Amino acid sequence: MDDLYRDYILEHYRKPHNFGVLEEPTASYEGANPLCGDRITMMLGIKDGMISEVAFTGRGCAISQASASLLTDEIKGKAIEDVEKLTPDDLLELIGVEISPARLKCALLSLDTVAHALAENAAKSENQAEDS
Amino acid sequence: MTDTAAHTAGNPTATSFDASLVRADFPILSTVNSHGKPLVYLDSANTSLKPLAVIEAVNGYNREYSANIHRGIYEISERATAEYERARASVARLVNAADPHDIIFVRNATEAINLVAYSWGRRNIGRGDTIVLTEMEHHANLVPWQLLVQEKDGDLEFIPITDDGHLRLDVYEALLHLRPKLVAFTHVSNMLGTINPVRELTRMAHEAGALVLVDGAQAVPHVPVDVAEIGADFYVFSGHKMLAPTGSGALWARRELLEAMPPFMAGGDMIREVHLRRSEWNDVPWKFEAGTPDIAAQIGFGAAAEYLMALGMDRVQAHEKELAKYAIETLRREIPRIEIYGPEADQRGGVVAFNVPGIHPHDVAQILDRAGVCLRAGHHCTMPLHERYDLAASARASFNVYTVPEDIDALAAGLREVVRIFER
Repeated sequence: MDDLYRDYILEHYRKPHNFGVLEEPTASYEGANPLCGDRITMMLGIKDGMISEVAFTGRGCAISQASASLLTDEIKGKAIEDVEKLTPDDLLELIGVEISPARLKCALLSLDTVAHALAENAAKSENQAEDS
Repeated sequence: MTDTAAHTAGNPTATSFDASLVRADFPILSTVNSHGKPLVYLDSANTSLKPLAVIEAVNGYNREYSANIHRGIYEISERATAEYERARASVARLVNAADPHDIIFVRNATEAINLVAYSWGRRNIGRGDTIVLTEMEHHANLVPWQLLVQEKDGDLEFIPITDDGHLRLDVYEALLHLRPKLVAFTHVSNMLGTINPVRELTRMAHEAGALVLVDGAQAVPHVPVDVAEIGADFYVFSGHKMLAPTGSGALWARRELLEAMPPFMAGGDMIREVHLRRSEWNDVPWKFEAGTPDIAAQIGFGAAAEYLMALGMDRVQAHEKELAKYAIETLRREIPRIEIYGPEADQRGGVVAFNVPGIHPHDVAQILDRAGVCLRAGHHCTMPLHERYDLAASARASFNVYTVPEDIDALAAGLREVVRIFER
């Protein structure tokens, strides 16, 4: 059982990195996993096509929260186009423990939420471009 | 019938039975998981395990007489029809229905409620009409009514619950002044385990002129149910939660209502005459059983009803009440910070929902899984009830005739391990 609940996973769960709020995020999205009640709000600060700041809040199981903690570390300072290219497999590799099929949704909620935040941001930028 | 523990588990007049003998009737209980751990099944409120008598009834149909019912003029079809109707009679006897033909075979309680919502509801609920439900309903006894009142521009009202999981009868009384057309409530809560006062709730509704639907999915497997004594208008339950196969369930309703209700699904077997532009309906119950049903499952349903009657529902209830008491005592002792929801043990069925603060129920269930302990984690199809308690989710242990105190000991040991992992 320690394959899943390794010390570093529990450490990320207990003291998640980048946990908190951004006062004025460029993009923000609340993702939820209705089956288990996991919730994550991702806030991104975007500057010159880069993710300059990132924060999240949420509640849920150890896997969903540790995943968000690991993912926010990973994407901070990265170009949007590189973050958009992240696949579920990339995230699972980052988490580094074997996730059973029933828990995949918990593990992948963070990435799904980031993707939604970026998509909304892209739509917003497009509208602004049209308006100007 | 084969000689089962239901018949040998001791004196039928005794107040309890020997669950270790009952366990011998459930082949799955001798299996082990991929970690070599024996099965500790504590998710019976989700679906139950199946005894050999049910498995053999299903297999017997498939092996010996797997013909369609009500259609063939040959021996195996006649046998299939006879066994299917015998199953209906067994299920009727389990809930003391006056006539087996008042039992409609459906897939599960969900389908039964949808049948009533579509067939009775669309004829009888109109603009501004009120349906009263409770805060503790399973989604199956909520969402069909949401759809109905959205379509008909009606209203839903809800009986709230107390912090210890009882319905607020004072508020119910006030809601009845709205003259609802229907009151629908669960007999036993699938999360809190609360056994609701169904006779009183029904009497009060009838005095206010409302019809009553009772969701018995968590009651029929666990407590004696007498539809005649309850006096409701509709009573629904699932087979698969009461030792029968998935795909089996029943709607009981008062005959006059069934006679007046239009068909829910149309097709073969539910008709008397079909012409190109009009048809006449078959008699109740077949009017509501269009198409080839899950014959094997319903035959297994009958076998499950017989099995439970042989055990005695009074004794089943006593057995599970003891387990609930033991579980609450054990969990409170072994995990002092545990939060347990619902009423005290003497007022509940065999369901114990809980949280270990700081540890998500999914993590609890995952760690317990390695120890072979099967537990439900999530909202158990009762999201509004979890909102009522401000919970994202909970873990739930639920019992049946084959559950023994050792299962609860295994749960407690597993929970100690969960706490150890999370606090190391």
